Amino acid sequence: MPRKTIKLSYLARIEGEAGLKLVVRDGAVESAELNIFEPPRFFEALLRGRACTEVADITARICGICPVAYQMSAVHAVEAALGVTMTGPLRGLRRLLYCGEWIESHTLHIYMLHAPDFLGYAGAVDMARDHGDAVRRGLQLKKAGNAIVALLGGREIHPINVRVGGFFRTPRRRDFAPLAETLKWAREAALETVRWAAGFDFPDRERDYTFVALRHAAEYPFNEGRIVSNRGLDIPAAAYDEHFEESHVARSTALHSQLRSGGAYLVGPLARYSLNFDRLSPIARDAARAGGLGPVCTNPYRSIVVRAVEVLHACDEALRIIEAYEEPDQPAVAIVPQAGTGCAATEAPRGLLYHRYRLDADGSIADARIVPPTSQNQASIEADLANYVGGFLDLPDEALRRRCEQTVRNYDPCISCSTHFLRLEIDRGPAA
Amino acid sequence: MSRRRIVIGIGNPERGDDAAGRQVARLLHGKLPDGIELAEQDGEATALLAGLDGAASAILVDACASGAPAGTVRRFDLSAAALPHGAFGVSSHGLGLAEAVGLARALGQLPARCILYAIEGESFAIGASLSPSVGIAVADVAQRIHAELIGDAEQGAASACTKPA
Repeated sequence: MPRKTIKLSYLARIEGEAGLKLVVRDGAVESAELNIFEPPRFFEALLRGRACTEVADITARICGICPVAYQMSAVHAVEAALGVTMTGPLRGLRRLLYCGEWIESHTLHIYMLHAPDFLGYAGAVDMARDHGDAVRRGLQLKKAGNAIVALLGGREIHPINVRVGGFFRTPRRRDFAPLAETLKWAREAALETVRWAAGFDFPDRERDYTFVALRHAAEYPFNEGRIVSNRGLDIPAAAYDEHFEESHVARSTALHSQLRSGGAYLVGPLARYSLNFDRLSPIARDAARAGGLGPVCTNPYRSIVVRAVEVLHACDEALRIIEAYEEPDQPAVAIVPQAGTGCAATEAPRGLLYHRYRLDADGSIADARIVPPTSQNQASIEADLANYVGGFLDLPDEALRRRCEQTVRNYDPCISCSTHFLRLEIDRGPAA
Repeated sequence: MSRRRIVIGIGNPERGDDAAGRQVARLLHGKLPDGIELAEQDGEATALLAGLDGAASAILVDACASGAPAGTVRRFDLSAAALPHGAFGVSSHGLGLAEAVGLARALGQLPARCILYAIEGESFAIGASLSPSVGIAVADVAQRIHAELIGDAEQGAASACTKPA
C-alpha cells in the first residue's frame, strides 16, 4: 500500500517547541497532527496566591512576541473583578499600546517568516539578497511598532508600565510628536506592504471556517467587545467557559480548544477581519479591496494580506489616538481589593486571548485560567493540513515540505519560526 | 564613516548556559575603553540587527550547541566569512543570531569588523545556572575581549584591522 509519512520535527524555541506529522495513504492525507511538546510552564498555578496587582508583570513573561496581549487580557480581567472600567485617555493609551504590538508582531511575521514562502526562498536571509528594499521596509515598519511599545510600555520587550487600573506613568502630549512622524511614514509603508503581499500567488484553497473574534460597537477590536462568530454566537467574555472547552490530547502539551456545541473554530486575523470588515478604518478597507480581498476571507494563504491590512489599520488608528490624546489627571484609577471573579478577552495578534481570575477578599488570586490563541487554533491548523495538503501530494518532497510549513505559518503560531528548521522524513512503505 | 563600536552579549538568562553571552557582558561592565557600547540582548534577530546598525565594529558573544565539549570557545571573524551552518540552530532564540548576521550581510549593514565569540553550552534547561565549564569559558572570553579592545585602543583610532583568529 503506498504510504508516505511526512514528519517535520523539532526545533527548540522560546515561544514553543513543536513538530508536524502527516500520514498519507493511497494518495490521500490519512492524518495530520501538530505536536506541541513544549514543556508546560504552569503559569496559571504560578499566579495562585499572588496579588492581583502583579498580573501584568507576571503574564507579560508568557510570550516574548506578544506580552502586551497577555498584559491587556490580564488587567482587563482583574479590573472586571474589581468593578473598574477604563475610560477616556487611559482607554486610548491601552488601544495605542496594542496597536504597537500588532505592528511589531504582524510585520515580523509578514516579512521575516511568511513572505519567503510565497517568493520561493528558504528564509528571510535568502530573500533579503534579492528583495533588500522590501526587507528594509519591513524592518523599519517593525521599528515603528517597537517605538510605540517602548514609549508606553517603558521598554520594547516585556513592557513594565501597565498596571491594574491604568499605567504607572502616562506620556505628555509632546512626547508623541516624534512618534507621530514615525507613524505617518509607517502608514505609507503599511499601505505598500498590503500592495506587495497582495501581489503574491495564492493557492486556491478555501474552507468554511467557524470564525470567532471580538466585535465592538464602533471599533475594530483590540481590548473590548463581545465574542461573536459567523454562526450566530454573540456572548460577553464572562460566558466564554459556557461555550468553549479545552481538552488534553496525548500528543501535545498544549490543550486543544473546541466549541462545546462541537467542532473546531478559528481565531486570529482572518476571523477578526471577516467579522469586522466594516469596523476597519477607511484607508485599510480601501487597501483591502484594492488588494483583492472581499469583506470575508476564507483562504488562509491570504492571511498575509489580511495581516498587512491590520498593520495599516493599526498605524492609522495609532495616529488617530495620538491626535485625540489629552493628558489624564492620574496615570491610573484607584482600585480596592475585593473578592470576585473577572473575565476578559482581547485580540492578540494571533487571535482571541481569554483570561479569567477569581480573587479572594484581600485581592490575591485564588484561581487563574488562560486560553491562548494558538491552542484555540490547533484543531484548525490540523484540519487545514488534512484538507489542503492532499491537493499538493504530487509535488516533489521539498516543495511539499515547504507547502506544509507555509500552511502552518498561515496561523503565525508562536512555533512558526521553528518550521524554518524542520526536517523532512518520508516513509514510502513497501514498494508496490 | 561611523566610529560606533559595540559589544553585545546574547542569550536568555533563564535558560542555563544560554546566559553565557550575557554573563560575559556583565563581566565587562565598567571595564571597556571609553566610547565602546556594551549591550545585552535576548537574541531576537531584528533587535540584534538594530543593535548592529551603523556600527563600524561589533563583538558578539553567544552560546551555541555544536556538539563540541562544553566550554569550548570559538572565535569567528564574521566580516571575513559567513557563520558555519547549523552551529547556532539549537540556540533558544528561533529567529536569532545567524539570521541577524545573514540579514546584515545581505543588506550591506554588517559592521566592517564583526567578531563572534561562541561558547559551547551543555545545559539549556529552564532556570538552570551556568555549567562549571561554561562559567570558566565566560571568564576567559571576557578577558580575551577586554584584551582585544584594549589592544585596539593602544593601536589608536587609525587602525581597524582584524586580528587573526
